[in-house]
Amino acid sequence: MRSHAKRLPSRPVILLLQVGVLVGFFLLWHVLTVTTNLLSPFFFGTPLAVLERTFKDFASGAIWYHLGITLLETALAFGIGTVAGIAFGFWFARAPLVSVVFDPYIKAVNALPRVVLAPIFALWLGLGIWSKVALGVTLVFFIVFFNVYQGVKEVSPVVLANARMLGANSRDLFRHVYLPSALSWVFSSLHTAVGFAMVGAVVGEYLGSSAGLGYRIHQAEGVFDTVGVFSGMLVLTIFVVAIDTVVTLVEKRLLHWRPQEAQTTH
Amino acid sequence: MAEAAAMAPALCLEGVTCTFPSPDGRGRTYTAVQNASFTVAAGEFVSIVGPTGSGKSTLLNVAAGLLRPSAGRALSFGQPVTGINPQAGYMFQAEALMPWKSALENVAAGLEFRGVPKREALDRAGPWLARVGLEGFGDRFPHQLSGGMRKRVALAQTLIVDPKIVLMDEPFSALDIQTRQMMENELLDLWAADRKSVVFITHDLEEAIAMSDRVLVLSAGPGSRLIGEYRITLDRPRDVAEIRMTPQFLALHKEIWGQLRDEVLKGYAQTKLR
Repeated sequence: MRSHAKRLPSRPVILLLQVGVLVGFFLLWHVLTVTTNLLSPFFFGTPLAVLERTFKDFASGAIWYHLGITLLETALAFGIGTVAGIAFGFWFARAPLVSVVFDPYIKAVNALPRVVLAPIFALWLGLGIWSKVALGVTLVFFIVFFNVYQGVKEVSPVVLANARMLGANSRDLFRHVYLPSALSWVFSSLHTAVGFAMVGAVVGEYLGSSAGLGYRIHQAEGVFDTVGVFSGMLVLTIFVVAIDTVVTLVEKRLLHWRPQEAQTTH
Repeated sequence: MAEAAAMAPALCLEGVTCTFPSPDGRGRTYTAVQNASFTVAAGEFVSIVGPTGSGKSTLLNVAAGLLRPSAGRALSFGQPVTGINPQAGYMFQAEALMPWKSALENVAAGLEFRGVPKREALDRAGPWLARVGLEGFGDRFPHQLSGGMRKRVALAQTLIVDPKIVLMDEPFSALDIQTRQMMENELLDLWAADRKSVVFITHDLEEAIAMSDRVLVLSAGPGSRLIGEYRITLDRPRDVAEIRMTPQFLALHKEIWGQLRDEVLKGYAQTKLR
C-alpha cells in the first residue's frame, strides 16, 4: 500500500523531539535574557530563576495549600456544573415546551462573557471559594447542558424502538438507553468542561481572593515579581497537564465501547 | 376463553390503512397501506414481498404496536394490539443493538427489562450467544463485530425473551450473499426447533420462497394493497441455497414473479417521478 507514505517515527523518537522543543525554548529564553541581555530579566525573568522559584515553592510546601484550594474549586465547579447540566439537559430534551420557551434565554445567557459575573459572585458569595465555584459552574453547566440535550435528542429511534419491543419501560429506557447515550456526549466534552472549571477557578481567584494559584499570580504581578508570575504560570501548566492526563484515563475507561480508528498491530 | 385464545391466529390484521402527513407539508397526506387484511397462524412462517416504498415496514410496525393504524386494527392471539405488542419480538432492518452494551449484555437486555436479575440474565444470555454461533464473543461491543455477527446478536436478543411471534424487517438485507444464506439456514433451524410464528418482510422473492410457508405480495405504493397470496409447499427441512435449484422452486418463482414484476416496475416509475 502506498497510502501511508508519511510514516511517523517511533514513539521514543517523538518523545525525544518533544523534550527537545522544551529544552530549546528554555535555552532561547536563557540566551536572550542572561547571555546576550537582549531582553531585560526584570521584565522577562530568567528560566533558571523561574525553575528555582518553582522548585523552592514545592519543596517548602508553600504552593501546596494554594494548589489544593484551586483543585477544590475546580472539582466543585465541575461536579456541580455537570450534575446540574445533566439534570437540566434531560429535562429540556424530554419536555419540548420547556425547551422551546427557554431556548432564546439559554442562548442569551450562554452568549454572555462569564468573566463579567465574577465581581457579582464575589459580592454575593464573598471572597472565599464559593464565588470561584459559582463562576466555574456557569461555564461548565452550559457545555454539559448542550451535550446532554444533544445526546438525548440524538438517540437512534431504532435503538429506542428495539428496547421498547424488548420490554423496556420508561425507567429502563432512561437507564439503558438515554443515560448512556447522553453520558457518551458528556464524556466526549470532558476535557473542555474540566478546562473551563479551572478557568473559572483561576479567573475568580485572580479577580479577588486570598488563596489559590490565581491569587499567587496576581500577588506577584502586584509587586512586579515577573519571576513569580512565570513560576505561577508554570505551576498552573503542570496542574492542567496533570488533570488532563487523569481525564484522558477516565475517558478511556468509560468510553471503551466507542469505535476507535482502525489500527493494526505494529 | 383460554381455548379461544389458543385457537386464535398469532396475528390478524383487519382492514389496516395507514395515512401519514406528507413530508412536503401543506396539509397533504400520503397513504402507505390501504385496507390490508391477512392472518398468520400459530407456528406459520409468512413472508411479505413488495417493491420498495410499498409499506412493508408499516404493516410490521402496526403488528408490533409501534404504529397505530389510521383505520382497521391488529389482533395478536385474539387480543387487540394497543401499545407495544407483548407477544411480539421485532428484528429491525437497521442497526438496533445498544452500542454501549457488550454482545452478552445486549442479548441479556430483554430479560433484564422483564425483571430478571442482571446476573441471571447474563447467565442465560451465554447459551443464546452460543446458539447463534458467537461463543467467546460476549465481551465484544457491537462496533467490534462484523455486520453478520451483529445480526446474530440481534437474533439472539430477539429470541431470548421467547416471543410467540417474530417480526422481521429485511433482517439480512445488509449482508453479503454467502453470510445471508448462512443466516437464513440458521434462522430456519432455530425456527424448526420451536415453531414460532414468523412474519418476514423482504424485497427478495427468492429469500421469501425459500424460507416461508406462505408468501404475500404487496402492490406498489402509495396505497399498497395485498394483491397475491401463494402457499409454498416445498418440503422441510430446507437448505436455502440448494432449494433454489429445484423445479418446484423455479415454478413458484416464475408464478409469483409474474405478478410482482409489474408492481416493481410501477414502484420504479414512481421513484423516478419523485
